[in-house]
Amino acid sequence: MSALIVACMLIPLATALAAALLGTRPAAQRGLSFVGVGLFFATAVALLVTVLRHDVIRVTMGGWPAPFGIELVADPLAAGMVLITATMGLATLVFQLGDADPSPEAPTLLPLVHAMLAAVTGSFLTGDLFNLYVWLELMLVASLGLLAYRTGRDHLEATLKYFVLNALGTLLALAGIAYLHAATGHLGFGALAAAAREGDPTRLAPFIVMVALAFAVKSGAFPLFAWLPASYHTLPAPLLALFAGLLTKVGVYALLRLLGGIFPATPGFVFEALAWVAAATMLFGVLGAAYHWDVRRILAFHIISQIGYMLLGIALDSAAGREGTVFYIVHHIVVKANLFFVAALIFRYTGSYDLRRSGGLFATRPALAAIFAVPALSLVGIPPLSGFWAKLLVVRETLVQGRWVLAAIALVVGFLTFYSMAKIWIGAFWKNHPDPAWQPHTDSRLGPGYVVTAALALVTLTIGLAPEQCLKFAALAAENLGEVK
Amino acid sequence: MIWLLAIGIGTVTAAGVFLSLSRELLRCVVGVSLLAAAANLIVFSSGHPEAGPKPPVVPVGLEQLVDAAAPLPQALVLTAIVIGFSLTCFSLVVVLAIAQQSKSNDNRALRDAEPRPGPDGKPALESLATEDQI
Repeated sequence: MSALIVACMLIPLATALAAALLGTRPAAQRGLSFVGVGLFFATAVALLVTVLRHDVIRVTMGGWPAPFGIELVADPLAAGMVLITATMGLATLVFQLGDADPSPEAPTLLPLVHAMLAAVTGSFLTGDLFNLYVWLELMLVASLGLLAYRTGRDHLEATLKYFVLNALGTLLALAGIAYLHAATGHLGFGALAAAAREGDPTRLAPFIVMVALAFAVKSGAFPLFAWLPASYHTLPAPLLALFAGLLTKVGVYALLRLLGGIFPATPGFVFEALAWVAAATMLFGVLGAAYHWDVRRILAFHIISQIGYMLLGIALDSAAGREGTVFYIVHHIVVKANLFFVAALIFRYTGSYDLRRSGGLFATRPALAAIFAVPALSLVGIPPLSGFWAKLLVVRETLVQGRWVLAAIALVVGFLTFYSMAKIWIGAFWKNHPDPAWQPHTDSRLGPGYVVTAALALVTLTIGLAPEQCLKFAALAAENLGEVK
Repeated sequence: MIWLLAIGIGTVTAAGVFLSLSRELLRCVVGVSLLAAAANLIVFSSGHPEAGPKPPVVPVGLEQLVDAAAPLPQALVLTAIVIGFSLTCFSLVVVLAIAQQSKSNDNRALRDAEPRPGPDGKPALESLATEDQI
């Protein structure tokens, strides 16, 4: 049992190293990557099944008892997130087999992808704040490498903007963690929770706020999201989908752990502030998207807007709110990555990411239009897709608590999201292509792209039509969150 | 000792914030690395180094460390220093490459990652800027 949790971290790390050693042989590297991700996926499935069947798995590194050794904890939430991470890794690799917005061959590309998967997995499974900081830094290093492996001017610029804001975020986290350590003498989640229960809850508040602020930077919350739209669109589409699916959600997950699991007794003003930050995140994200015509930029701003809903669930400070956040994270990762994959296919067919230069796909590629409709409508929150249940959980809890303004903002943002999705629909699918002589490519290898997007759309449909399992999982995950030993 | 550390951390943080707000890229990056140094000093001071220079050894017959700074933060800070140093090196290389390509060290010149507004106020149509990606 404890081997599973370690294997989930070791497999992507080992694959990253081995893939780096195979840098001169691209075919072998690609094959090894599939083996690595396949193993990772299988282990993640086994981990989730074990955790759901039995109980939370805890491993303490170095053989020391819990407050001294570094703990790795796989509770339902962490195990579920690891499985989604593995799924995203698999989807990205399969998508790269096709030639929709292909990433230029580079020996460092695949090792960095695996390193990122390892870092994301590590940050989900760790039970120790300093260890979380180290994984966040590893995630930063891997994503910087992926942003900068093409050295055009716009790529370097994006790298620098991404670096400065994210580095400030992790440094803030480090300082906050150090203060928490100085105040309590602990770094493990369980020991910190125990220390926080003794004595005045406001004593630790400044340090908790510091760390929470750092995680807010990582999740792209208002007003600290500038790094995201400045950098994401310079990535090739398969990597973009991986970034969009996973990175910001690590920030949300960490925030959920911090405020929902470790320090549930944090003074109310922190949650109140977070609620309004969440509302602003939703609004500014969706308004930022309205200006743009590039599909990637539109979708990047929508990441921010959706992060707002997840933060709102945390800020409501109730079991139902946290349940909504968990459901929202699961739904959002699948939907968002899928939208970016579809965007790559649109680009491949029409030759441009700019909606004013594309069009005509509804007549020529109706299957792609159908695949796009599923995640797009799910993002808006149209029943019976997964986004509807996610929004329902969060908005219902907002109404239960009588927070009418927040609920109204959440619903208005839903309408504005519809505006953006309609813009993509009209621009890329409905209207005719501006070039009358245009015909979609027929010589491209898009089979893997279709497989991935259709499979992810199927996941969205399944969650939407049969939400009981996912709701049960979200409830279980949110409930276990509070039980940090 | 602790006051000296506190004043030192405050000064380094102030310098780091000041520099990282600069428009000049090199200053900005140096500012971030100064902030990293400040964060490292905070980690270091979380071990209560005011306890004095006694080695962190538990005396015979006792279960706990007495009158000595905790050694754990010193181990933690080593990790943070290594990561911070590598990121500083990386960012310096990026700044150097940007300066060489754009012949400018001013972040107001960094406009390539954003679309420029066109004559109608909407984002300008990029003139085949996607060519390198096909």
